Amino acid sequence: MAKNLQKKDSFFIRQGTVIEGKWNKKKYIVERKIGAGMIGTVYLCRMRQRLVALKISEQSSSMTAEVNVLKSLNKVQDNRLGPFLLDVDDWESDHDQMYSFYVMEYIKGVSIEKFVKQNGYEWIGVFLIQMLEQLEKLHHAGWVFGDLKNDNILIEGTSPIVRFIDVGGTTKIGRSVKEYSEFYDRAYWHLGTREAKPSYDLFAVVMVILAIFYPAKFKRSKDSKRLLLHKLHSISELKLYNQSLQKALLGKYVSAREMKDEIMHVFVKRQLKDKKKHKNSLTYLVEAIYISMLSGIYYVVSQFIF
Amino acid sequence: MSKGTLRQILLLTDGCSNSGESPVNSAAVAFKSGITVNVIGILDDYQNETDSGFTEVEEIARAGGGISQIVYKEDLSHTVQAVTRQAMSQTLQGFVNKELSNILGKEQSLEEIEPEKRGEVMEMVEDLGETCNLEVLILVDTSASMHDKLLTVQEALIDLSINLHARTGDNIFSIYQFPSKRKNTEVVHEWSPKLESISVIFPKLVTGGVTPTGPAIRDAMYQFGKMELRGSLYYGKKFTEEG
Repeated sequence: MAKNLQKKDSFFIRQGTVIEGKWNKKKYIVERKIGAGMIGTVYLCRMRQRLVALKISEQSSSMTAEVNVLKSLNKVQDNRLGPFLLDVDDWESDHDQMYSFYVMEYIKGVSIEKFVKQNGYEWIGVFLIQMLEQLEKLHHAGWVFGDLKNDNILIEGTSPIVRFIDVGGTTKIGRSVKEYSEFYDRAYWHLGTREAKPSYDLFAVVMVILAIFYPAKFKRSKDSKRLLLHKLHSISELKLYNQSLQKALLGKYVSAREMKDEIMHVFVKRQLKDKKKHKNSLTYLVEAIYISMLSGIYYVVSQFIF
Repeated sequence: MSKGTLRQILLLTDGCSNSGESPVNSAAVAFKSGITVNVIGILDDYQNETDSGFTEVEEIARAGGGISQIVYKEDLSHTVQAVTRQAMSQTLQGFVNKELSNILGKEQSLEEIEPEKRGEVMEMVEDLGETCNLEVLILVDTSASMHDKLLTVQEALIDLSINLHARTGDNIFSIYQFPSKRKNTEVVHEWSPKLESISVIFPKLVTGGVTPTGPAIRDAMYQFGKMELRGSLYYGKKFTEEG
């Protein structure tokens, strides 16, 4: 999408290039390119022995706006909302071109679809709850994530944690969403406005899950609502959460908390049921043995009496 | 701070002008009178960005103090809103930079302030961008080659109005086509806060003729003046609707 906008701003910096900050004088050695957004390109860099992610662009104003968001998110305590900000600076390249950049912690992880495909669909419930938990905190801090999509989510670590990685679309609640991607944008599907409300993110959460099952995505139709609901209901793996996901698509939730609680409820219920089932089969076995033993004894005893 | 108004012309075209005064010239005149000119060049599938017809696109935008993008049809929707937004932010930043140099007494731009301190300035720019009023005149090239692109243009414009509608500030749009049967430009959609009705109008647009981009920009420029006279009418109507 918008490949030309990207083309214009994404330039290539060779491996081994040293990016030295004009103001703070810190040096970063470029390892490789790891991503490109609408605005800016992200490089994996080495700073002394540490790996960091460096986002760089010619558009100083957009970089500054993103830094503002990160600073605000980093202030929210006990939480990993967005990557941790390490440095903000400018770089003058050999060609006298001035770039702005900021440096974040490097989050190493896999995409949600890869993780789910490798480890099983039952993880979807876990990630749904985690995403909603983070969104709840984000909304509470006055922000809407905006450009929530699979490219902007990483699953980190072995006890997996969902991380949101690009705050380019993160917008103050009540304003119009800064950056979005068609497939995840409810206005594209004619199912709401592009105003930054918690429900905007909740819609995108459902699309993140749908994108796992429809990696090639699909386009809107005349009756987009019906199309989306049909796509949602035809996935058996999502049956458990269907009701909640449908409500989120239709903008019925006011807060992430509300959606999380409902999903948590079905999730826990399912877990308990699974356990019970397990327990049931065990007691059944014990009972079966017990009964057969009893009948055996009865048989033996009856042999003696008659 | 009182709410300001930003004025933009958004030109959608797929090639070079070939009639009347130079569009670069008229864009410069428009810019001087406080209107930025942004240009989106729409490529055919067989063309690419370096096609010679599109150098003009960049020149017009530069002279008009605006932004230019060259895109394929599929990317139009996203681009129209991105260009409008970026142009707003650029114009506002221009104002803020001017304010800064007034305060600091020299040519001072955002880039010359320490990055740590840019944040507050940028917040100001964002606040202004959210709350200011916006007037966009969309100038659609309807020469023959645009025929099969108009449906996409229509969708992109509806999308733009949805997007800007989410802002706190007021928006008002109008659409003009060029050329028309007898004149250089003709109104397609009068100034209005929403563009929903264009799905009725657009399919009826007749394409064909030369590409008088220069005269069209000049005509467009005068439409802003006209609106000012009618402005009281429009806002009056809005207030009665609300009250």
